[in-house]
Amino acid sequence: MMKEPIISVRDLVAKYGDKTVLDRVSVDIFPHEITVILGGSGCGKTTLIKNILKLYNPVSGSVKILGKEIIGMEDDEFDQTLKQIGMLFQNGALLNSMTIFENISIPLEQHTSLTPDIIERIIRVKLSLVNLESAADLTPSELSGGMKKRVALARAIALDPEILICDEPSAGLDPLTSASLDELILKLKELLKMTIIIVTHELASIHRIADRLIFLHDNKIIFTGTLAEAKSTDIPEVESFFRVGRFE
Amino acid sequence: MILKDKNLIFSGALNKFTVPDLLRKCKLLAEKEIKSIDLKDVETVDGAGVAFLDEISGYFPEKPRIINANTEVKRTIKIFSSVGLQPVPVIEKDNFTVRLGESVLSWKDSVVVSFTLAADIIYWSITGIFERKSHRKGEVIHQSILIGVDALGIISLLSLILGLILALQSAAQLRQFGANIFVADLIAISMVREMGPMMTAIIVAGRSGSSIASEIATMKVTEEIDALRMMALNPIKYIVVPKFHAITICMPLLVTMSTLIGIVGGLIIAVTYLDLSAVSYFNQAINVLTVKDVIIGLMKSLFFAWVIVIIGSYYGLKVKGGSEGVGKVTTLSVVASIFWVIVLDALNSLIFYF
Ligand SMILES: Nc1ncnc2c1ncn2[C@@H]1O[C@H](COP(=O)(O)OP(=O)(O)O)[C@@H](O)[C@H]1O
Ligand SMILES: [Mg+2]
Repeated sequence: MMKEPIISVRDLVAKYGDKTVLDRVSVDIFPHEITVILGGSGCGKTTLIKNILKLYNPVSGSVKILGKEIIGMEDDEFDQTLKQIGMLFQNGALLNSMTIFENISIPLEQHTSLTPDIIERIIRVKLSLVNLESAADLTPSELSGGMKKRVALARAIALDPEILICDEPSAGLDPLTSASLDELILKLKELLKMTIIIVTHELASIHRIADRLIFLHDNKIIFTGTLAEAKSTDIPEVESFFRVGRFE
Repeated sequence: MILKDKNLIFSGALNKFTVPDLLRKCKLLAEKEIKSIDLKDVETVDGAGVAFLDEISGYFPEKPRIINANTEVKRTIKIFSSVGLQPVPVIEKDNFTVRLGESVLSWKDSVVVSFTLAADIIYWSITGIFERKSHRKGEVIHQSILIGVDALGIISLLSLILGLILALQSAAQLRQFGANIFVADLIAISMVREMGPMMTAIIVAGRSGSSIASEIATMKVTEEIDALRMMALNPIKYIVVPKFHAITICMPLLVTMSTLIGIVGGLIIAVTYLDLSAVSYFNQAINVLTVKDVIIGLMKSLFFAWVIVIIGSYYGLKVKGGSEGVGKVTTLSVVASIFWVIVLDALNSLIFYF
C-alpha cells in the first residue's frame, strides 16, 4: 500500500524571466519520511522549494500541501498551512536587528498563546538541541556562518512543525556538528513525526538520514526513489554521484 | 485533565495547542499536594508539552513524579526537557551615569577617528589627483553623474521656488517704501551668500551623503571592504577618493546653477509684481554683488561638499552589526552632515561678515 503524499507537486514550471529553471516537475513527499533533494549547484533546488512555498509563483502546475491545492489559495488560508511548515533558508535568514532569543521567539509569540515562561523553556531546549545555549543574547552578526544556520534550524523547529524544510543545512558546518544535526533531524522525524525535506550534497549525511531521494538535473527530475533504489540504479548521473560523491 | 488521589492524569495530546489551556488549569491547583503526573493516556507530546511538564513540576510543594508514560513519550520528554539547562541570562542595562560617561568617552574617540579619517581622505585625494590607477576607470565621471547630474532637476526646481518665495515675501514691504528695485539686491545677496550654497548642500547631504554612507556600510558588513584590502587595495583610495573628487567638481557647479536659478525666480516676481524690467533687475543684481561674495559662496560650498563626503564615509565605516546597522548609520550620517553644514555656515558668517 502506498501512503498518501503530504506534499504533491504536479507539472510545476518555474521561470526567472525567460529562463526556465524547472520544466514540468512532479514530486511526491511522503509523511514521516526524510526526503533528500539532490542536484548540482544552480540546478534549481532552492527554486523548487520556494515555488512549493509560493515565495515565487509557479508559471504553471499544481502544488498540494496537506491535501489542499495551494496555487490560487487565499493568503489567509495559506498562512494556516505555513504555520505547519518550518523552513531553514540557505543563508539562515535571521532577522539581524533581533537577538537570537528574539528570533526564535517570533513564531512562538505570534502563532501560539503560550506563556513567556513556557516560551523561554522551549527556546532554551531548542538552542541546546543545536548546541548553542550560550548564544541566546547575541545578535546574528556576532555569529559564524555555521552558527547562524543552527540558529535558523532552531527557529524552524520552534513550533514543532509538521513539515520541516532545510535548504543545505550542513553546508559550512564541521563534520561533527553536521553529524549531530543529522542525529537531531532523525529524532525530530522519529519522536515528533515530522516530515522532513532536506537539500544536501553530503554523501555521509545522505547515508545516515535519507529515506527517499529526489535527483534534479537539467531542469528535470531524473530520479526519485528510496536510498536503496538510488544506490542500485543505473541512471548515469545518480550512479556517478554515489560512486564518486559529487556531480560530474 | 483529572485530579484523582493526588494523581494528575492527562490524556490525548500535550502540544502547543492544548498547553495554554492546561497551564491555566494547573495554576489553579498550585500549592496542592500532587504526588504524580500520570501520562498513561497521553498519545503525543511536542516541545511545548515537555516545557509544560517541566514548568508545572515547580508549581507544587513536592516535585511530582511522571508515571506511566509510553516509551516514545518518555524519550521525547528526555530529549526536549529543559531541566538542567541554564536559564537564558538577562543582561542588565547600565544606569544613567555609566551611559553618560561612556557616551562622553566615545564622543572623544569618534572625534579622533573622524579627524584621522578626514586627514586620510584629504591626503589620498590630493595625491590621487595624479594617480589614475588606484580606482576604477571612469569612476569619477560615474560618481559625478550620480552626485551632480542626477541632482540637477530637484535642485533647479527648489532653487526656483526659493527665489520666488524670497521675492514674494519681501515684495509687499519693498513696495510700500517704493523700493522695488532693491528686490534684486535682496535676492542676489541672499542667494549667493547663503541660500544657494546652503540649500544645495542640504539636498546633496540628503541624496549623496546618505548613499555614500549606506554604500560603504553595506560593503563593510558584507566584507567587501576586507576583500578589497586583501587584494592589496586601499579602500579609501578605491571607494572614497573618486567620490571626493566628483563632489569637489560638482558642488560649485550645482551651487552656481542654484544661485542663478534662484535669481531668475526673483526676476519673475520682479517683472510681474513689482513692475521692474529684466534689464534693470540684472544690472542691479550684478552691481550689488562683490567678487568676495561670489568667492566666499563657492569656497563655502566646497567645504560643505567635503564635510558631506567625510561624514558619510565616517559613518559608513563605523557600521556595526548586519543589515540593520546600515540603516542606522545612514540616518546618523544625514543628520550629522546637515548639522555640520549649518554649523560651518554659521562660523563662516561670523568670520567674514560680522
Ligand atoms: N532571483 C533569481 N533571479 C534570476 N535567476 C535566479 C534567481 N535565483 C536563482 N536563479 C537562477 O536559477 C537557477 C537555479 O537556482 P537555485 O534554485 O538557487 O539553485 P540551487 O539548486 O543551487 O539551489 C540558477 O541558474 C540561478 O542562476
Ligand atoms: Mg540553493
